[in-house]
Amino acid sequence: MKILVCISKAPDTTAKIAFTDGDTKFDEEGVQFIVNPYDEWYALVRGLELKEANGGSVTVLNVGAADSDPIIRKALAIGADNAVRIDAETTDALYVAKQISNYAKEQGFDIILAGKETIDYNGSQIAGMVSELLDSPYISLASKLDMNGNIATIEREIEGGVEIIEVNTPFVLSAAKGMAEPRIPNMRGIMAARSKPLTVVPSSEATAATSIKGFTLPPEKSGCKYVDTAEELVALLHNEAKAI
Amino acid sequence: MSVLIYTDSSNGALTKNAFEAANYGGQLAKAAGTDAIAIVAGSASGLEELGNYGISKVLHVADTELDNFDPQKIAHVVAAAVTETGADTIVFTHDYSGKSVAPRLSAKLDAGLVTGAIALPNGNVVKKAVFSGKAFAEIEITTATKIISVLPNSLDKVETGGSAEVVAFSTEIPSTGITVKEIKKESTELSLTEADIVVSAGRGLKGPENWGIVEDLAKELGAATACSRPVSDIGWRPHHEHVGQTGIAIRPNLYIAAGISGAIQHLAGVNGSKVIVVINTDSEAPFFKAADYGIVGDAFEVLPKMLEAIKQLKA
Ligand SMILES: Cc1cc2nc3c(=O)[nH]c(=O)nc-3n(C[C@H](O)[C@H](O)[C@H](O)COP(=O)(O)OP(=O)(O)OC[C@H]3O[C@@H](n4cnc5c(N)ncnc54)[C@H](O)[C@@H]3O)c2cc1C
Repeated sequence: MKILVCISKAPDTTAKIAFTDGDTKFDEEGVQFIVNPYDEWYALVRGLELKEANGGSVTVLNVGAADSDPIIRKALAIGADNAVRIDAETTDALYVAKQISNYAKEQGFDIILAGKETIDYNGSQIAGMVSELLDSPYISLASKLDMNGNIATIEREIEGGVEIIEVNTPFVLSAAKGMAEPRIPNMRGIMAARSKPLTVVPSSEATAATSIKGFTLPPEKSGCKYVDTAEELVALLHNEAKAI
Repeated sequence: MSVLIYTDSSNGALTKNAFEAANYGGQLAKAAGTDAIAIVAGSASGLEELGNYGISKVLHVADTELDNFDPQKIAHVVAAAVTETGADTIVFTHDYSGKSVAPRLSAKLDAGLVTGAIALPNGNVVKKAVFSGKAFAEIEITTATKIISVLPNSLDKVETGGSAEVVAFSTEIPSTGITVKEIKKESTELSLTEADIVVSAGRGLKGPENWGIVEDLAKELGAATACSRPVSDIGWRPHHEHVGQTGIAIRPNLYIAAGISGAIQHLAGVNGSKVIVVINTDSEAPFFKAADYGIVGDAFEVLPKMLEAIKQLKA
């Protein structure tokens, strides 16, 4: 079973969010970058579990510049067999999806996994776009994935419930909570990661369809109004906030 | 040139979120001086109601093959409707359905997509929350055809009155290799992203057996229930209730948080809420900084008293 896991670089969840260049660029100064949690905790770990149970390989793929290499090594330390970085400045989701699909087309992966969204741009876009570009089935927001030969049984979130579906490989899936439990890399994994192959491939010709014009920070809250009793609170919510 | 709106249906009726997209698309079309046309896939009735949000026409593909939600099929149907109507803007709701279909359509039409819009576009520029609610971005769509998905509860509803004309529409539906085995609907529970009011609790509640006071209050308010991440990690509450940066992001009118400290990752998923109420025994809890109203007190006392006060208010 050949598994591809798409990983993205994201600022640490406690990172200070600030902007430079006239509020048009994210200020990376002093920011620690991590593997996007959904990609690491759910997509990658479930991919590894499937490989451990069924044999095969797990390749991690990142579209990005050389500053992505540390997070790629982290994914290798957690257990991926090899890594590919498509050397590109990431402009928008469609551009990244085209890079991934152009690469994956040639490789014959059985399963392509990604997290359900990144914690920076919160797009929920790339996996769906890749599936369309590869003309593959797409299972979004999946919380369970089991394989029996080349048939997958998947549980996914739908509006107000869950759906259980079956699909044959190849397919593309975006992973949500429930898929797997996060793994912490051990010393052996970290050592091994250093010698695992990280192949850098050039980007393919593709255009973006969106561009960021600028960022703003949300207005500060005007301050908390402290009240003493539940009765008072309910009255304020009713009369002042008109929320109940 | 027109605006095409994908309005989602489930169990034979439009979903609450379908009206979010209709409302956004209706207002957008009016501002642009063009028509708002909806597309509905699968068996559904009551579609004329969309007229109340400025939709003039509904294309209905009443094929039962579409009753089970399959993004590949729906992207195909919406693409056919784009060709039929010549629409240059396509609107979705940024919910489970929109997240699955909009990206496929974007790749299919090579059209720029902005997901989670929180306001009507300004020309081709769309505003959305980024960094899990810690900032906003203005994103320009540079392609001729544009796709926008709107975050629920972002735009005030503008009711226009009127009824939409429903027209049967058919297109070939591709087979996709996905077989639906079972659908488990939690029909009694209100979906978290659709709820106007959310009552949420954290580790301060001490154990799953204490959630009765949270559920009772939610029930009385017609609210959905949510929780912090550790609470769902330890299994006190189901995963789909986990809100925050690595859970679901919500923006209800009212968010009531009891026994939650207000860690940055939790706030990220809820700070778009219009009114935030925090109940915490610790006056130093960081959540108070993000709150509109606060009670420094014990959730075990405050929540039941709130329930009583609300019952009295209603009486
Ligand atoms: C990468 C990453 C991602 C994360 N993502 C998320 C996320 O998406 N969502 C999320 O919620 N967390 C997330 N977290 C975890 C987050 O950092 C906090 O640990 C978590 O939110 C704390 O949950 P809590 O407030 O329920 O528990 P605690 O921090 O333990 O707080 C419990 C609170 O209850 C109060 N309390 C105790 N007893 C009572 C009482 N009787 N009445 C009233 N108040 C009482 C206490 O004063 C305290 O403030 C993430 C962490 C990391 C590292």
